[in-house]
Amino acid sequence: MSNLLEIKGVSKSFGPVHVLDQVDLTVAPGEVVGLVGDNGAGKSTLMKIVTGMYSADAGTITLNGEDIFHHSPGERRRMGIEMIYQDLALARQQDVAANIFLGREPTRSVLGMRFVDRATMRRDAQAMIDRLGARLPAINRPVGTFSGGQQQSVAIARALTFNPKVVIMDEPTAALAVREVQGVLDLIRQLKSEGIGVILISHRLNDVLSVTDRIVVLHHGRAAANLTTAETSMAEVVSAIVGGVDMAEAAAHEARG
Amino acid sequence: MTSTDPTQQGAAPNLWMRTHSVLIERLHIRLESLVVLLVLATTMAILSPYFLSVSNFMNILLATSTIGVLAIAATYVLSSGGLDLSLGSVMGLSGVVGAAVAVKLGAPTPVAVVATIAAGAAAGLVNGLVITRAFVPAFIVTLGMLGIARGLALVISDGRVIYGLPKAMVYLGQGRPMGIPMPVIIFLGTAVVMHILLAYTRFGRHTLAIGDNENAARTAGINIERHRLIIYTLSGALSGLAGLLFATRINSGDPTAGLTYELTAITAAIIGGTNLFGGRGSILGTMIGALIMGVLQNGLNLLAVQSYYQQMAIGAVLVLAVFIDQWQVRKESRV
Ligand SMILES: Nc1ncnc2c1ncn2[C@@H]1O[C@H](COP(=O)(O)OP(=O)(O)OP(=O)(O)O)[C@@H](O)[C@H]1O
Ligand SMILES: [Mg+2]
Repeated sequence: MSNLLEIKGVSKSFGPVHVLDQVDLTVAPGEVVGLVGDNGAGKSTLMKIVTGMYSADAGTITLNGEDIFHHSPGERRRMGIEMIYQDLALARQQDVAANIFLGREPTRSVLGMRFVDRATMRRDAQAMIDRLGARLPAINRPVGTFSGGQQQSVAIARALTFNPKVVIMDEPTAALAVREVQGVLDLIRQLKSEGIGVILISHRLNDVLSVTDRIVVLHHGRAAANLTTAETSMAEVVSAIVGGVDMAEAAAHEARG
Repeated sequence: MTSTDPTQQGAAPNLWMRTHSVLIERLHIRLESLVVLLVLATTMAILSPYFLSVSNFMNILLATSTIGVLAIAATYVLSSGGLDLSLGSVMGLSGVVGAAVAVKLGAPTPVAVVATIAAGAAAGLVNGLVITRAFVPAFIVTLGMLGIARGLALVISDGRVIYGLPKAMVYLGQGRPMGIPMPVIIFLGTAVVMHILLAYTRFGRHTLAIGDNENAARTAGINIERHRLIIYTLSGALSGLAGLLFATRINSGDPTAGLTYELTAITAAIIGGTNLFGGRGSILGTMIGALIMGVLQNGLNLLAVQSYYQQMAIGAVLVLAVFIDQWQVRKESRV
């Protein structure tokens, strides 16, 4: 199977701190890859390198075979790489539509000048929110007035509105209630059925095991394991996360939780 | 204030809220500032018989035009999360450069006009370059420019006012087509264009988004550094325009022109609803803020209050406006 996204040998240091060391990771169309690891393992950093927010010190990144290493974040986004950031990255004083369409506002021409088409923005934003089944108080309110879960819905809507090829979700369910978590997992399955590649970062290993095809474990900035979900177990994933030591007890605890 | 839906006429507090939200959403104006303007104007009308006359109204607009153009610049910079303390100095420098080009070099008016605005834009570009490339905070860079531009204006003019601008140039400051002063026409025209740019274009939306959450704008693929560079250059160019309006009105390039004007301009923008920390701002709101400052100054003039006290009044209004803004933010975030 040819890969949609290929990360090869990516290394990154922040000053003297080596955060990523020769990491490989691939995603095929319609594949859901879980990316797990301890706090500070380098998951978010690796994904920000994919979106172009950070630049890597070494390595290659290709999308559909095309080298995107030197593309700007905007170009990568236009090529179909979307990310839902752990810190959500929303403009809190702007409304839902402004956030969803930020950087890609539709325009219409008046007397040869291009103006933002707010009617279209509002309509499409509403449609996207409805499709996600998210419950927002009002679409024309500043998103800073929303709850954490509602803001997360806006961030998800922003990532899905422009027909992405790869969707990276960094802790998308962290702020969500049970019903909404199921909604996000269903959404991931739907993206998969549409042939979209998904990378899911989550500390909720039960969710990761239930929705992914493969699980990549980062440990101290190295890809410590690359497991096929159908053939692995909670115990194996947990032991890879904590660094190979036998942690049967911790695994049992996770399985119960 | 007449655009409430007749089908949902409700109690007074709702009317306030609704009017407020309609104004904020459609026109980006703060209702409070409109009320303050009305109260201020009414007070002045009661205190001074001269206040309510067409000629005095024109006087207010004329006196507001220079500050108003600077306040537009302040609105763009502040709502993008930046700060420009060099507005007044750059205005002074531009006026001197324009006058020197016209008088000392004897250049034709169009060249002098372009030189005036270009001088401001160049100062703004330098601000922007140092802020975005050298990562020196805007506060420091523009504070430095405040000193540098003023000093340069004094150097170029030898510390003396440059008199005797060409006639065509003076027309920009003193001409009155159809009885309306030219500076007022230029000021209002600039305001309309800059309002449309901020409220209805992608450039304007990105300006607010960058000021709101730089990280969000960056993840959305917006080129933050380039955008900031443009904003500071624009701010400089508008300061140049203000310098042009002022110099042509007084028919000379005065190296001390625009002293402390940044104080008034930033105050006007903040009274008009611009968020000091970025993410919110509108030119219509700023116009109301500028008018408040204009009416205040005009009223204090009519009442023969010494200009020393006017400076104090402006400073106090600035602190008061930010206090009210912060107080509202805290009130809202507590609910
Ligand atoms: N901008 C930065 N500057 C310096 N160090 C950074 C920066 N971003 C991340 N780091 C460091 O890189 C390491 C990996 O951080 P990262 O955010 O990628 O971890 P993570 O796997 O996403 O953790 P978590 O599960 O807590 O989200 C951490 O040690 C962190 O301190
Ligand atoms: Mg993280």
